[in-house]
Formats: sequence, structure tokens, C-alpha cells
Amino acid sequence: MNRASALAGNFQAGVRSPAPVRWPWVAALVVLAALLAFIAKGYVLFQGSMLLSYAIALVGLNLLTGYNGQISLGHGAFYAIGAYTTAILMDKGGVPYWVGLPAAGMVSLGVGYAFGRPALKLQGLYLALATFALGVVAPQLLKYKHLEPWTGGVGGIVLNKPEAPFGLPLSADQWFYLFTLAVTVVMFVLARNLIDSGSGRALRAIRDHEMAAESMGVDNRHHKSMAFALSAAFTGVAGALSALAVQFVSPDSFTMFLSISLIVGVVVGGIGTLWGALFGAAFIMFVPAVAEKVSKDAAWGVYGVVLILFIFVMPGGVMGLLNRVSDRIRRDDRR
Amino acid sequence: MTMEIFLQQLIAGLSTGGIYACVALALVMIYQATHHVNFAQGEMAMFSTFLAWAMIQAGLPYWVAFFATVLLSFVLGAAIEFVVIRPLHRAPELNVVVVFIGLLVIFHSVAGWLFGTQIKEFPTPFAKDAWYATRLMSAHQVGTIFVALCLVAALFTFFRHTTLGLTLRAAAQNPASSRLLGIHVGRLLMLGWGLAAAIGAVAGMMVAPVVYLDPGMMVGILIYAFAGALIGGIDNPVGAVVGGFLVGVLENLIGTYVVGTELKLSVALVLIVGVLVVRPAGLFGRRIVQRV
Repeated sequence: MNRASALAGNFQAGVRSPAPVRWPWVAALVVLAALLAFIAKGYVLFQGSMLLSYAIALVGLNLLTGYNGQISLGHGAFYAIGAYTTAILMDKGGVPYWVGLPAAGMVSLGVGYAFGRPALKLQGLYLALATFALGVVAPQLLKYKHLEPWTGGVGGIVLNKPEAPFGLPLSADQWFYLFTLAVTVVMFVLARNLIDSGSGRALRAIRDHEMAAESMGVDNRHHKSMAFALSAAFTGVAGALSALAVQFVSPDSFTMFLSISLIVGVVVGGIGTLWGALFGAAFIMFVPAVAEKVSKDAAWGVYGVVLILFIFVMPGGVMGLLNRVSDRIRRDDRR
Repeated sequence: MTMEIFLQQLIAGLSTGGIYACVALALVMIYQATHHVNFAQGEMAMFSTFLAWAMIQAGLPYWVAFFATVLLSFVLGAAIEFVVIRPLHRAPELNVVVVFIGLLVIFHSVAGWLFGTQIKEFPTPFAKDAWYATRLMSAHQVGTIFVALCLVAALFTFFRHTTLGLTLRAAAQNPASSRLLGIHVGRLLMLGWGLAAAIGAVAGMMVAPVVYLDPGMMVGILIYAFAGALIGGIDNPVGAVVGGFLVGVLENLIGTYVVGTELKLSVALVLIVGVLVVRPAGLFGRRIVQRV
């Protein structure tokens, strides 16, 4: 395996390698984000938690679409699976939220693998098609009457807000925001390690030239289905966090348009970038609210226009633009 | 009695199958011309139907509005090809898919914006007590099947027996050689997109009296049409039509007898994944062998 990935790495040599992480900046960003818990309150903290949840989901989708080249238009379904797993476990099983969260990740991992395995046969466009169908069908499945004892049908499930443990002097909002932040940091570190590892290089090699990767000894089937599973797991964890933040799950929060939002976030943040997820999440969190002031339906119009504009004008997304700018500055410095 | 229910469901399935066949046909047209699957096809058809609705509200007779809508949709489809799709000529697959999704949400939101999101009634041109209505089949069902079959026959004739149809096929199959022969490939792609949009518009106007008119009405239909196109083989127009009818019937029968109406859409998902996994080229499609 190691030799195979090394070879895949050589194959990749001409491609720009991921920029080294500047840890001091990351640490500063995390500290700043943590400080927000003590400055802002209530609704702002809720928005912060949702933003981080979207960011995790976008990292997940980007692992699959950006790094492995498999297009998914149905990741809202995995978001829903994560949310519902946590909600059902907490509501029916009485388990605490910090058990529900990893459980959501594991269930999504399993379902993602189960879907990704047959999807191995589907190339680009056909995968997009099948996942699109999955995204459209998801809310209908959640409403299914024989699942109603668990899912609560159209009415959904109401959840309790997690309280701060160990008698910490934090409000529930503050605690949950900090908890989400911690989960986000863990997920980002996991994603970064995966991308930098031999497996990550294999994923990119498959994206760039499937057959070449295979002939270099990369196990395409294994890597592609694991990429699908891991991507689903990230998105599932994100969905679980959103369920806890909203304290409510219902089928209509997970329509096709959620899946589309996730794709929008990936494109806006930058396809195949890790940190782009934060920009993408901010975009899908705040832009609809602004656009809705114009008209209730305008939000989607803005999404559509932005999607097409980004593909034509800024295919690298926000991160692509930032990288270009920083390259320019560095070159100017050297002169 | 049970036999009658079965027949009724079968006919209802054929009638909706006609709609799926039309949308599948539109998908196949665009796939043949550009090797893209148009995710916005359903929303474009929905938008066209709203245009027809607006014209009818303005007092135009049904058939005038019908043909005006078909014409407008043709122009709209051709314009989309020219403005949005053509620049993506050599773009990676992901970019094209994302642009289609962009078009989908734009049409969705513009329709909601212009016409409102509340559900509207859409008239049918086939009078309830017409002579061709029977106890088993409503006039609209007969009409829908008839319109779908006419459309198929017209397209078949166009592609097989006209020079323009032949050049369109040539341009789609081998753009480079066609150009050398003096065929204006770009114009033909516009024609293909225009035709697809026009077919979609007809499908939209046929289905709207049944499912009622609202911006979300075509999402499910698009999924069924995908299933139909894939079953028939996405590069085969005749296959798409057969597949469309087949999906319509399967959907109704499985919905009635096996899973219940709530899970009908899931049937489409299973069909799509099943066909893709078991027989990716569909029933009538050709296997594509790629040269490395």
C-alpha cells in the first residue's frame, strides 16, 4: 500500500501540492472563535454552531468531490441520516448527545459505504444522477409511515438542548457552541491528515487519472468506496450537530435543496481545498438570509447565479482567489 | 373489480409514462448532442408551463397559448445553449453539472418569484365528455398518450427522414468531421437544445392538469424521466420512450400493489441505481468502449 501511494505521489508530482498549514494562524483562528462564545450570545452562537456544522459537511463533500472527483448531488441525505441517528438515539434510546454524535458518524459511514460500493460502477455523470435521485428521495423515505414510530413522520422529533457538564459556568448556548468548535477542530485535523497521507495522494491520483492510478498499484475500488464512506461520515457528524443546534429534525429540512446548498458551498469555497469549507459555510449560512429580504424565492436565484458565475469567473472559489493573491504578493516581495 | 383496478392503474401508468417518455426524450436529445445530462430539464419545462398559464390567464385560447409556449421554449432552450452551455465546451464534468444545477435553481426561483409559489390549476385541452373518453380512461389520459406518441413519431421522422435531422445526428456524433463537411455544428446544437426545451414544455403542459402547477412540480417527474432514459439507454430515443412508458406503468403498479404511494419515488431511485449497476447501457443502448 505504501509503495503504491508513493508511486501515486510521483504521478502527482506535476500538480501543485497542498500548501503547508500555518499552525500559528490556525491556533489564533481557533482561539478567536472560542472567544466569540464569551462575547456573543443566543442567536449569534446558534448561527456560529450552524456555520461550523456546514463547514464539516462541506469538508466531507469536498473529500469526495474535490479530492476524489466523484460528484455527489445528494449529500443532504447523509446530513439527514446523521441528524436522524442522533435524534432517534437521544429520543428513543435516551443516550447522551456525546454518544449520539459519533454514532451518527458511524451510521453514516456504513450507509455511505453501502451506497458507495455499487456506485463504484458509476462514472462521473451517472453518479451525479444517482446521488441526485438519492437527494430527492430522502425526505420521502423519512416520511414513510412504517418508519414513523422512530422518525416521528412529518412531525419530526424535538430534542433537548445539551447542558454544560461538570458544573461549568457556561450557558447551554455557550457550551454547545464550544463543543461544536471542538468537534470542528477534530474533523479538520482528521481531514488534513487524510489528505496529506498516502491515501490522500491516492485519492487525488484517482481523480486526475483513474487508469494511471490503477496501473501504479492504487486499489481504486477500496479508495473510492472508502472516500464515499468517509465523506458520508463527515456529513453525518455535521448533520448530527445541526440537529442538536436546531433541537428539532423533520423531513422537510432535508430536501434536495439542502444537497444543492452543499454543492454551492463547495464551489464557492473552492473545489479541492480544505479551508474553503469555512467560506462556503459562511456563504450558505448568511447569503440566503440577505437574499430573502428581496423575495422569499430570491435566495435560490442568488445561489444559481453565484454558482454559474463562480464556474465561469472563479472556478477555484474563494480559496483559489486567495491563493492567487498570496502568490502574487510573494512574487512581488522577491523582486 | 380487482381486474378493473388493475387496468385503471395500468392505463394511468401509461398516461404518466407518456409524460416521462417526453421528458426522457428531451434528456436523450441533449445527451446525444453534447454528452451532458441536463439536470435543469424539469425546471425548464415547469417554467414553460408557467408561461402557458400566464398566457391563458391573459385570455388567449388554449391552443394558441400552447403553440406560443412551445415556440418560446424553443427560443429559450437555444439561447441557454448559446449563452451558458457553449462556453463550457471543454470544461470538466463537475463544472458542467454544477452549471446545470445553477440553472435548475434559477428557473425554480424565478418561477416562484414571477408567478408565486401557491399551487395553481392548469386547464386540459381534452374535454371531459369527449367521444374518446371511456370508463377506464379519462379524456386527458387518452390525450396525453396520443400527444406523446405524436411527438415520438414526429421526432423519429425528423431524425430518420429529413436532411436536417441527419446533419443534427452527424454533428452530435462526430463534430470534427461534420465541421469539415461544412455543417455548422454550433447552430445545430442550439437547434437540439431548442427542441429539447420544446418537448419539455409539451410534457409540462400535459402533466400540469394532473399534478397541478407549482414550482416544485417537475422535480419528481425528472427523476422518473432519468429512470426511463437510463432503462432505455440514454443514447437511444426509441429506448427512452419505451423506458418512459415502462417506468410510468411500473411506478403505478408497484405503488398500488407493493410499496404504497408514499414510496413511489424510491422505486425510481432503485430503478436508476439498479439499471446503472446491472446494465449500464440500458435495454437498447450501445456499450461504449473507450480507447485509452
